[in-house]
Amino acid sequence: MSDSSPLRRTPLHSVHVEMGARMVPFAGWDMPVQYTGIVEEHKAVRQSVGVFDISHMGQFIVSGKGAEAFLNRVLTNNIAELQPGQGQYTLLLNERGGVIDDLIAYRTSEREFFLVVNASRIDADWAHLESQLTKDDDVMMANASDFTAGLAIQGPKAREVAAAVFGNAGSFPEHNTILVTMTDNGPMWLCGTGYTGEEGFEFFMPAETAADWLSKIVDAVKAAGGMPCGLGARDTLRLEMGYPLNGNDLFEDRTPLQAGLGFFVDLEKGDFTGRDALVAQKAAGLPDKLAAFRMTGTAPPPRPHYPVAYDGQIVGEVCSGTQSPSLSNGIGMAYLPLSASAIGTTLEIEIRGRRFPAEVVKKPFYRKA
Amino acid sequence: MSNVPDNLRYRDSHEWIDPMQNPSPVGITDHAQAELTDVVFVDPPKIGTQVSAGQQVCVIESVKAASDIYAPVSGEIVEVNETLSNDPGLLNRDPYLGGWIFKIKPSNPAEADALMNAEAYRKHIG
Repeated sequence: MSDSSPLRRTPLHSVHVEMGARMVPFAGWDMPVQYTGIVEEHKAVRQSVGVFDISHMGQFIVSGKGAEAFLNRVLTNNIAELQPGQGQYTLLLNERGGVIDDLIAYRTSEREFFLVVNASRIDADWAHLESQLTKDDDVMMANASDFTAGLAIQGPKAREVAAAVFGNAGSFPEHNTILVTMTDNGPMWLCGTGYTGEEGFEFFMPAETAADWLSKIVDAVKAAGGMPCGLGARDTLRLEMGYPLNGNDLFEDRTPLQAGLGFFVDLEKGDFTGRDALVAQKAAGLPDKLAAFRMTGTAPPPRPHYPVAYDGQIVGEVCSGTQSPSLSNGIGMAYLPLSASAIGTTLEIEIRGRRFPAEVVKKPFYRKA
Repeated sequence: MSNVPDNLRYRDSHEWIDPMQNPSPVGITDHAQAELTDVVFVDPPKIGTQVSAGQQVCVIESVKAASDIYAPVSGEIVEVNETLSNDPGLLNRDPYLGGWIFKIKPSNPAEADALMNAEAYRKHIG
């Protein structure tokens, strides 16, 4: 997307402005980065509950007799393992094994799948899926992104909010499951997923109903001691868990093996796009891998593109980096040569020409007490 | 509505200086700290540095971004607020008193007169 194209607005844009959000461009969308403050919103999610607008994310519906086989040919995880109602984290790769996108795929019925993809990759994902589809596949694809809004309710009190909003606790989706409901306005999807490390769910609905749902959910969230949260807190929450962000940590020239996502790649399930490249890379050895580090002394927060030094030499640059609100410590991730990526390795992060000590640590950065 | 004390002078980039004191403390305004939110690190200037008015002298980091701080007047940096290294949030809580960032010995007192007074700064952030 070019920088000159106008920013897109979610159906909740005017509600955010009314709630006092500070709006910033993100992935081509004008999104709330914060309402009251990133640290306060971050802590609300860790301690009680928060609600996020995730309407910018994309939704594809892939159906038909050949849907399972097609998706297994383009995605890394084994989608045949999913029973109706179950979902999995998976990746879409190019021929070189590089990451086009990371996404969640759900089986909503025997022959229908619901994919949730990153906002910045909707067009690239769609184009890639179409390019992989052949006439014989017996697959239908629909892009529901433009008329679907989404809200994420995250935190230890998410279940309480769900009960207040949906009337009974039974409609709370368990982790990595999906509940689909038809309404007069179209389908609603309740997904037991999130991007914060807390219990919670992501709720996708027809765009024209989103403002009503948000106001109900904000009331319930506030009653539970939480607050609406912006993308700033979403970013610090996901990074504390070591979850990668596409474009920051995942790229078309890095494989999921380098990104430490081998768990979501099934090399035994049969052929899929990028598999040959992954098998070859595995045999040859990884050139580098995404390592997690934390600052060990008083230092400015590490930020994307800061140089990373090992043994005096610059060996990489920061991908995601921030000040962790839970740990009050700088944290980040960087692709580093294997010699520099073992847990406990001493690194230096170069910030405005000065080098500050850091060490390689195990993910996640944050663990619940 | 953010607090804009009458006794200070202001730069358009939201630094304040107290020209009635010598050396003069410098900080960021209540408006600026509210915009930044959650200051997590203050990278102070070096004591003894000679700076000219408008020169970038140090950096303040919030969770989201790093922001440059500019010298309101020319002079020598003679003191930095050590408290901020352990408690950068003080800058949010008390931007005009405890949250001063550095003290400068002005080399040309007339420069402070050229800065905005409280009334002009209130209009500026209006």
